[in-house]
Amino acid sequence: MPSALPIADPAPPDGLLPASVAVAAGERGFGVYLHVPFCRVRCGYCDFNTYTADELRGAKRADYASQAMAEVAFASAVLAHAGLPDRPVSTVFFGGGTPTLLPASDLAAMLGAVRDTWGLAPDAEITTESNPDSVDADYLLALKAAGFTRVSFGMQSAVPHVLATLDRTHDPKRVPVVVRWARDAGLDVSLDLIYNTPGESIDDWRTSLESAIAMEPDHVSAYSLIVEEGTKLARQVRRGEIAAPDDDLAAEQYELADRMLAEAGYGWYEVSNWARDDAHRSRHNLGYWRGHDWWGIGPGAHSHVGGVRWWNVKHPAAYADRILAGVSPAAGRETLDDETRRVEQVLLETRIRDGLPTARLTPEGRTAVAGLIADGLVNAEAALRGQIVLTLRGRLLADAAVRALLG
Amino acid sequence: MTPKALKALEPSATDPAFIRNFCIIAHIDHGKSTLADRMLQITGVVSDRDMRAQYLDRMDIERERGITIKSQAVRMPWAAAATGEKPQTYALNMIDTPGHVDFTYEVSRSLAACEGAILLVDAAQGIEAQTLANLYLALDNDLEIIPVLNKIDLPAADPEKYAKELAGLIGGDPEDVLRVSGKTGVGVEELLDRVVERIPAPKGDASAPARAMIFDSVYDSYRGVVTYVRMIDGSLAPRERIQMMSTRAIHELLEIGVSSPEPVPTKGLGVGEVGYLITGVKDVRQSKVGDTVTTAAKPATQALPGYTEPKPMVFSGLYPIDGSDYPELRDALDKLKLSDAALAYEPETSVALGFGFRCGFLGLLHLEIVTERLEREFGLDLITTAPSVIYEVSSDDGKTVTVTNPSEFPGGKVASVREPVVKASILAPKDYVGTIMELCQGRRGTMQGMEYLGEDRVELHYTMPLGEIVFDFFDQLKSRTQGYASLDYEPHGDQEADLVKVDILLQGEQVDAFSAIVHRDKAYAYGVLMTGRLRELIPRQQFEVPIQAAIGARIIARESIRAMRKDVLAKCYGGDITRKRKLLEKQKEGKKRMKMVGRVEVPQEAFIAALSGDTEKKDKK
Repeated sequence: MPSALPIADPAPPDGLLPASVAVAAGERGFGVYLHVPFCRVRCGYCDFNTYTADELRGAKRADYASQAMAEVAFASAVLAHAGLPDRPVSTVFFGGGTPTLLPASDLAAMLGAVRDTWGLAPDAEITTESNPDSVDADYLLALKAAGFTRVSFGMQSAVPHVLATLDRTHDPKRVPVVVRWARDAGLDVSLDLIYNTPGESIDDWRTSLESAIAMEPDHVSAYSLIVEEGTKLARQVRRGEIAAPDDDLAAEQYELADRMLAEAGYGWYEVSNWARDDAHRSRHNLGYWRGHDWWGIGPGAHSHVGGVRWWNVKHPAAYADRILAGVSPAAGRETLDDETRRVEQVLLETRIRDGLPTARLTPEGRTAVAGLIADGLVNAEAALRGQIVLTLRGRLLADAAVRALLG
Repeated sequence: MTPKALKALEPSATDPAFIRNFCIIAHIDHGKSTLADRMLQITGVVSDRDMRAQYLDRMDIERERGITIKSQAVRMPWAAAATGEKPQTYALNMIDTPGHVDFTYEVSRSLAACEGAILLVDAAQGIEAQTLANLYLALDNDLEIIPVLNKIDLPAADPEKYAKELAGLIGGDPEDVLRVSGKTGVGVEELLDRVVERIPAPKGDASAPARAMIFDSVYDSYRGVVTYVRMIDGSLAPRERIQMMSTRAIHELLEIGVSSPEPVPTKGLGVGEVGYLITGVKDVRQSKVGDTVTTAAKPATQALPGYTEPKPMVFSGLYPIDGSDYPELRDALDKLKLSDAALAYEPETSVALGFGFRCGFLGLLHLEIVTERLEREFGLDLITTAPSVIYEVSSDDGKTVTVTNPSEFPGGKVASVREPVVKASILAPKDYVGTIMELCQGRRGTMQGMEYLGEDRVELHYTMPLGEIVFDFFDQLKSRTQGYASLDYEPHGDQEADLVKVDILLQGEQVDAFSAIVHRDKAYAYGVLMTGRLRELIPRQQFEVPIQAAIGARIIARESIRAMRKDVLAKCYGGDITRKRKLLEKQKEGKKRMKMVGRVEVPQEAFIAALSGDTEKKDKK
């Protein structure tokens, strides 16, 4: 979650949703995101909503699970009131922060609340993010026992000086160990990587990719480092202590990642995500790109249900106050009109390999497709079949392609 | 020592013998306005209570920059007596002249309205080039010159040295050079006495048909055009029908009067008097500086000599930075034109800059003053293209075209190009002679001579193409001489020169605002400069963008902007789609402000920065 919240309409205290959200709900998947806003240390590049203290203005980390579970109950009432049909949850994602900073029993309890409230689909994908140094074999076994199917490790890099620049504290040698433990516990494994860290050479990046591939994960995410306003990294760059990331190097590193991952059998399915096969794509993340419904639980979490987006207050103490008072924790919301929903669909689906149906484009946008094909940004065969799918070059220039498609 | 005159003479019935008409010739900052303030106070026409600094300067710009743009006349009473005689009251008309070279014609008309001039020089700095030029004009008009050193209260003042310099220039004894302080008032009464004593009374034929010379014409939003005249022959009276001799246009005289310094209606104006006329016309073009006013009933047959139409010398495109301000710019120019007869403009369109106006100016300062007034009085943000001059271009087929804008330069084979030439004189301490000569030679100047003014100051004479002067010459001169050099120039015919048009192309598309007419020897340097600037300023595109400088089809310089390889935000931001969409909207908003040159998107700021030479910043994206 970014540090700044969008500006939009105020959210109603009762959190009630308009009846329009129920339209065609059966065609959309339903996911739950659980935000855990705690970390042991804050990394210099990170602008997510997370806190390192055990206790924040009376909001205790130990009480967090029960607050999140209270929001699950609140969510259930709101969705039922809006007339949404009962839909079992198809994906659950614990993100942070560092969810595994909480005891496994807390994560199990929160997942249990979701299961008890809506039920889980038989093939539900249940993921938690984790740092390599915040779990051990027993913890991972406990997650499996609680119903988790997947763990995503914040590996970031295999190169010590790059990890140091990122303020990551784990020993790179520990990553293969925790991956083995996760496998032994029966969990799918995803590795998160960061490229274009200041000072990271193309060889450093190759080392990280080789190391990741050697662990044979099911899924790899690779995000280019972004210097976000208000972070320690931004201050270091501004003061000239750290060189600003270079876009050309980022492009080269992305191309290297795509090539090495492809050679190792991983296919891209979204600009920043690669999977061993279709079954191992992150369905939870795909839900974001495809405009499905999800309820985001926790401070600063974002939700989307049937064309209404909202986001919770950011501070854990403010969140706790609202939850305990039975008031919606939402800080703001927006109701999307048809055109905005179309714009979002173009924006989001252009980024996935399944692509965007050309039917969703305006005549002006369809005219732009020819230019994008000529420039090598859009795959010609797919376009002829009626889908906009980006080429490798197009993925690197995805924002430009989207602007062209939206006219 | 003379006390303030107790009773002023009645205008329209003043004997010319008791009239003195004079002006003050001074360089900017040499204290002319402050001296005028003291005169207004000492003669009692402005009370101490009503006094404010630079009383006569009407426009904010005049007051702030210390430049008098429009002249004005003030009638002041002054009692003086030759030794042992009864004091006699005189009417002194002080005519304030524009101080800058761009307004030489207006200066010459102001001088023609006077019999004498106070040559006012800063006692700490000595005479400057423009003052020297105006002094030549004054001597040319046969004026009596009263040399005066001002600011003698300054610690740095060196009146001995500069008195010698002035005496050397105009003849006479250094002891005759008056020493005053406009600030403290020291010596100002002696100066007024000296005006009465030395400056001849005006002469004219009171019974002849009326002839009045217009030396200034000012637009006033309440009263319309206020015309300042000096009566040469005959007289004018209220309600008379007057005629402009250049156009034969007849106007009703609604009001006639003198400035003292606020306008005071009178029963008329007689021979030698200076005053104002109001006819109700709304455009200064109907009441032009230098024209002769006569009466419709009994018109003069012969106009006064010296009238010429104002002729623009320097041209530049003016564009609003925000394209939607174009109608405001048009209205503002229409309004300025009412008070500025020399301003010329016509609509122009540029690929890079959108809709704007091609404007003609008397010179660079005129350009600067007009743009500053547009920005300040009308709240417009403007970009000006590089100034250009008038070229006569002959093609091989014998046709000749006048080119004031590089876009008009003929595309085919050019047989010859003629460019305007000026005579420039530069005044500077002698230590800077070498560096000034280097600069002038680099600008195709030909040295015509060099004179010492006193021991350590030198006047250099050059003939030089005007086109070289309009392109940052003055800035260069100032910076290379620590601000000590001063410049004056006047038209001096034209010459044939090996000039070419250099075009700047972005991905093969010409960017009109950057085309320039330059000497063939400088074409390469210009091409390298502009392509280099644009490479720094234009953001990377999805494709490589060649930037070329070309003379016709021949490429003389080349740069390229590498293709952008990455334009995507990889992060998903935990489902914060709203933020992502808003970012896209912001990007699209930014794109709308881009100018398209072919397929290349260029932020207008990049064009503006390239034109102004400000290449500091470039968005990395």
